Amino acid sequence: MNLSELRTGQTASVTRVGGDGPFRRRLLEMGFLTGTDVYVEKYAPLRDPIELILKGYHVSLRVDEAARIQVENVREVKTAHA
Amino acid sequence: MPEKSITIALAGNPNAGKSTIFNNLTGTRQKVGNWPGVTVEKKEGHLKTNGYDLAVVDLPGTYSLTAYSIEEIVARNFVLDEKPDVVVDIIDTSNLERNLYLATQLRELDTKVIFVLNMADLARERGVKINADKLSELLDVPVVFTVGNRNQGTQELLKTIISVAEADIDFPRTRRVYYGKDIEKAVGELSEFIREKTSAELPYHIRWIAIKLLENDRIVKERILQSANPQGEAILQEAELKRQRLRDFFDEEPEIVMTDHRYGFIAGIVKEVVKTVSKQRVDVSRQIDQVLTNRLLGLPIFVFFIWAMFQLTFSLGAYPMDWIDAGVGWLGEGAGRILPEGLLADLIVNGVIAGVGSVAIFLPNILILFFCIALFEDTGYMARAAFLMDKVMHLIGLHGKSFIPMLMGFGCNAPAIMATRTLESEKDRILTILINPLMSCSARLPVYILLAGAFFGARAGNAIFSIYALGIVLAISVGRLFRSTLLKGKVAPFVMELPPYRVPMFKGLLIHMWDRSKIFLKKIGGVILIGSVIVWFLSAFPRQVQFSRDYQAEIAQIGAHYGAGIEAAHGDVLERLVSERDEAVSALETLQAKEKIERSYIGRLGKVLSPVFAPIGMDWRGSVAILTGFVAKEIVVSTMGVLYAAGADEDEKSEALKTALKKSGMTPLSAYAMMAFVLIYVPCLATVAVIRRETNSWKWTIFSIAYSTTLAWIVAFIIYQGGKAIGLAVC
Ligand SMILES: Nc1nc2c(ncn2[C@@H]2O[C@H](COP(=O)(O)OP(=O)(O)O)[C@@H](O)[C@H]2O)c(=O)[nH]1
Ligand SMILES: [Mg+2]
Repeated sequence: MNLSELRTGQTASVTRVGGDGPFRRRLLEMGFLTGTDVYVEKYAPLRDPIELILKGYHVSLRVDEAARIQVENVREVKTAHA
Repeated sequence: MPEKSITIALAGNPNAGKSTIFNNLTGTRQKVGNWPGVTVEKKEGHLKTNGYDLAVVDLPGTYSLTAYSIEEIVARNFVLDEKPDVVVDIIDTSNLERNLYLATQLRELDTKVIFVLNMADLARERGVKINADKLSELLDVPVVFTVGNRNQGTQELLKTIISVAEADIDFPRTRRVYYGKDIEKAVGELSEFIREKTSAELPYHIRWIAIKLLENDRIVKERILQSANPQGEAILQEAELKRQRLRDFFDEEPEIVMTDHRYGFIAGIVKEVVKTVSKQRVDVSRQIDQVLTNRLLGLPIFVFFIWAMFQLTFSLGAYPMDWIDAGVGWLGEGAGRILPEGLLADLIVNGVIAGVGSVAIFLPNILILFFCIALFEDTGYMARAAFLMDKVMHLIGLHGKSFIPMLMGFGCNAPAIMATRTLESEKDRILTILINPLMSCSARLPVYILLAGAFFGARAGNAIFSIYALGIVLAISVGRLFRSTLLKGKVAPFVMELPPYRVPMFKGLLIHMWDRSKIFLKKIGGVILIGSVIVWFLSAFPRQVQFSRDYQAEIAQIGAHYGAGIEAAHGDVLERLVSERDEAVSALETLQAKEKIERSYIGRLGKVLSPVFAPIGMDWRGSVAILTGFVAKEIVVSTMGVLYAAGADEDEKSEALKTALKKSGMTPLSAYAMMAFVLIYVPCLATVAVIRRETNSWKWTIFSIAYSTTLAWIVAFIIYQGGKAIGLAVC
């Protein structure tokens, strides 16, 4: 399953970041490491990009970029502890 | 005692409070410029303390020192090549883990580093406790706490800077990131290989070079080829071999594995130094965002903010603009009175004062606009604006952040183009700059009002609206075209942090605003001055014009003709005679002015160029008006006033000028073609100067002029010839 399939309010753990070299590296540097929990805070009004919370900060990604991030262990949580 | 100079560089993630700390350290003694060769902003400041002269350099805000973006390269090269005495890393304590990524990379450079734990207040609020001594010990780096927006910790930071700069520190340090057995082995072997192969001094220390080569770092590879000749090739080959081996082993790029290890190292540190006392608290910033980027409310609120910004800029700005206008007029008159009539007076009044005045008048707009932008940036709303608009801008291959500069273009392109500084990717910035003038600025409106008013009557509004729409459509098409040709390359990933909302500091806002306005005044002033003097010269020379009639004599004749009558007359008759005489005189003067322009260099140029303009339905008068419009587009109207013999003081509402235009052989079709041309062709001089400044390249500046003028001609040609072909000429 990939990150862009998640709904608002769901959390999942990153398993793998795909995409080309620089993009992957950038995401990893921003903390999208294997095992990191990512919470979907909301989608923008035009449904793209997505706002995520990870490692205690908010970051936005385009939907097609989020689609390159594989996740597992999807769960519903009330608040973001990610 | 002579003062000792210390250079310090401020590094840090965006939004960590770097600018705030920089302002705290240096006060207002700052200099804003560009890093050489690139359009990244460089800020430098000075302070003197305890017999030391500190030069503080603000490095671009980055999340890492990987050589991908220009900002990262600039920051890294400064540390490596300029060798500042101390690098101060500003860390957002409330976001420690991600901030430590850059911190560990800085430490690997083996320069003297100080960690500043800024936003200490926020961390405390969140119930995050940090054991600074432990952190300092684990990383072997001095640590200072600060609260930037309350100017806390600044003195302690200064003391630490000086003591670190004076201290002898041995490199290499022991406490560094451990990359795991296999990578460490490769690093060790590669280091050894490099040591054996090179006798000469290497630019950087060997472990770092080896790490960077294993990470396939483009810049370091280039440097090695340059400096370690002739063994450079061999070193790179060896590195590639090692990379291959590691890739096979991990089934992954080595740099990815190494990034993972750095975060692993950081996780270990965070575990030891951070204690979170879980406090259940309301996250105010998150709640604000539930409204401001709400699915239903987000866009309307955004539109409202933008509307408010425009109102403020152009309504409030109108008052000081009137004052400046009056001041410039007064100055011109005064100078005209003091200086003896002649060339010099003409140059100063009509060239220098009028030209510079035409730009100075934008200053209030610029100040207000930049204040609003600074407000958007410092509160954190700018990132939300990009978040909201990214989908739309992505259609042109641009980042959401490009939306604000594009929108500002409808007001004035000069500050709009300066606002592209908020864009991180240089390609995005150049593309936004190139298409920005297609947003029809307010100076072009008088031209539309005049032409549409004269030729489209009740449908004038629709005609003008369609011109604005044409500009937007062209911007989208041209943007897509450039993106897929000239500025090809991957669209920068939209990995954008949405920082918490913060109450901005008034002083910070003012500094922000002033920095940018100053650039506008200083650098732009010179170019404008030269440009307006050139246009003045072209329209004022040659001085001695061979007129087709002797105007002076004719005017004298009229005087004589009415002279006796006026002397004898009284009351109504006198009034009638005087006004008759004045009318006759001014009609002649208008004709003379027209002929003077016609025979001036610019008039001749217009005539020479008229074959170029003929296919788009413009005669030589139109060509001249277009030429003078280069200084400022609203000048097109006053030039047309002179050339169509309606008098120079005509404005866009003048009925006389409209009548003259209708009689001149212009048709609605050619008028519309001219409106389109004015929309698209060369942005005004102020904008060209800003483009030069912001792209830092004559190549892009000239390209911008060339493409816009060519496009203008093509579009006008299609409108005029196409319209004629389908028989619209007489509508
Ligand atoms: N609460 C808090 N806010 C701060 C602190 N330092 C800076 N700020 C605010 O954080 C925002 C971003 O700071 P700025 O210096 O522009 O960050 P930069 O992007 O690193 O240059 C501004 O609104 C500052 O007023 C701090 O220690 N505590
Ligand atoms: Mg800043």
